[in-house]
Amino acid sequence: MWVKLEVLLQTLLSGVYLGGLYALIGIGMTLILGVMKIINLTHGQLMMVAMYIAFWLFEILHIDPYVTLFIAPPLLFIFGMGLQKWLIDPVLRVESILPHNQVILTVGIGMVLTNVATIAFTGNYRSTPVDYASKAYYLTDLWRNAPIELSFSLPWTVSFVLAVAITTALWYFLAKTDTGKSIRATAQDRDAALLMGVNVGRMRMITFGLGSALVAAAGCLFLPIYYLFPSLGSQFTLIAFVITILGGMGSTMGAIVGGLILGIFESVTATYIGMGWAPVGRFVVFIAALVFLPGGVASLLKRRSYVK
Amino acid sequence: MKRTIPFIALAILLALPLLGLSSYAMHVLILAVMWSVSGMAWNLLGGYCGQVSFGHAAFFGMGAYCAGLLSHHFQASPWYGFLLSIPVVAALALIMGLLVLRLRGPYFVLATLAIGEVMRVTAENLVPLTQGNLGLMIRRTWVDKTAYYYIILALGLMTYAIIKILTESRWGYYFVAIREDQDAAESLGIDTTLYKTIALTISAVLTGFSGAFYMNYMGYIDPQVVFSLGDISILTIMVVMVGGVATFWGPTVGSLIMVLLAEVIRSIPQLETAYQTLFGILLIVIIIFLPNGLVGDLHKITRLFKKGAHA
Repeated sequence: MWVKLEVLLQTLLSGVYLGGLYALIGIGMTLILGVMKIINLTHGQLMMVAMYIAFWLFEILHIDPYVTLFIAPPLLFIFGMGLQKWLIDPVLRVESILPHNQVILTVGIGMVLTNVATIAFTGNYRSTPVDYASKAYYLTDLWRNAPIELSFSLPWTVSFVLAVAITTALWYFLAKTDTGKSIRATAQDRDAALLMGVNVGRMRMITFGLGSALVAAAGCLFLPIYYLFPSLGSQFTLIAFVITILGGMGSTMGAIVGGLILGIFESVTATYIGMGWAPVGRFVVFIAALVFLPGGVASLLKRRSYVK
Repeated sequence: MKRTIPFIALAILLALPLLGLSSYAMHVLILAVMWSVSGMAWNLLGGYCGQVSFGHAAFFGMGAYCAGLLSHHFQASPWYGFLLSIPVVAALALIMGLLVLRLRGPYFVLATLAIGEVMRVTAENLVPLTQGNLGLMIRRTWVDKTAYYYIILALGLMTYAIIKILTESRWGYYFVAIREDQDAAESLGIDTTLYKTIALTISAVLTGFSGAFYMNYMGYIDPQVVFSLGDISILTIMVVMVGGVATFWGPTVGSLIMVLLAEVIRSIPQLETAYQTLFGILLIVIIIFLPNGLVGDLHKITRLFKKGAHA
């Protein structure tokens, strides 16, 4: 009985940890989706780029992945702004039959990024041998007479805490600063924002940069606990959009809740059904969300405090 | 003159194997025709009906597995896969339509993408049925490629005829109306969900044929190949994007270009590993400069040359 409970709690704990990191990936995607109204299908690939930056900084200069948090996201911020300015924005202005050209464009960008990474760094799986990788704390260390035993892996805990901190900082930025408010205004109504004197073009650039920087931060946090290979990007792109749908398109709060739900669900599937089926669990959540909750978690949140 | 061009093209296509082309050239031709079948099928849903699907690998792979599993479990000829694939793929398309066709725009793109991936992961994990990542191997019917060429050519012609008849019928106009403005179409009394489902199902079954042919022709499949997002779903989109969205000849032109390009790139050792990069760059360039593809923006290209001649 205790053992079963222990397994369940441990599963839930790793689910929450995973969910916190997933939320960070999802927020980046949902921001871009909210402001630009396009799905960024190269989101995971941007994370892969950031992870390689962090990996090589560690290999060559021995900079800890958590320190790279101050290096990789700013780089990706600039990179994302460049992508938006020179590739995505021009396409938004091109006349074409299909409305989804920008989405297909991001797929093209993702293909290039993945392939260039494969050529430059080979397709090998790599991991970052940080010395605290397998360090863990146990519940019995903290609470001597605890009836059950839980382990808190050090890198997972640190990554989770940092993810929460970044999310909070982002919330502050979006809610309190001028730029953040302009971004939200652009997401709500592009034309109205334009009329109110918001530089919509610049907000789009900043948003794409911000989304890239967020996913880059998630990449740095994932590096000590995950392995790295060039085609990892597509897997995380899928995760990001499942979270986006689950949370409700363009909703930051929804993305956080969606990330947590997905993380917990995946870790439960992996424990009780089998590792290989975790991705299927991911899509079951996705399709269930589409069918039963098309507006995502955001529609539930909105229903409670609907003002309009 | 214009009316005779298709017949001349057809005669050339029929006569090609008689020229004694090498086995490799035949292989390239067969692949080009196979991809044009997939492309035309995708074009019906994506180009005419405006529902961009990122999950056509689901149908392609389903068709391929129909053929492969028949042969693997029942020792039947894999060619019966074509017959089996009709109800199976149509059922998959109907279920998928039920789930995703009430969604619009980005939702639809994401949902189809997800279903393609679900199919792949399921095929990987249902080891007793599909042998998982080990894949399925069958004995090919012929060693010589000529028979395969005529079969896929017939399939291509059939697909072309179906698309042509459909898009020039009343249904075709419904499809285009849905693409241009779904609400307007709905308010004019078009049952948009019904017609989107029709387009999806026909598109799916044709893609399934392409997959069933792939199994018969290649003799080996595994989930990573036939349910691949990059190599099937996105390549199908690329074939149509390069050739021309919502044009009759676009997918054929596109598939010829893409298959030739892929072969050329793969034959140059220095470029071999970079083929995805080149494909990606091609896709980006096409989207920025020729968003309606080579056939769709032909007037743009000719105008460019004319302007050059004047100056």
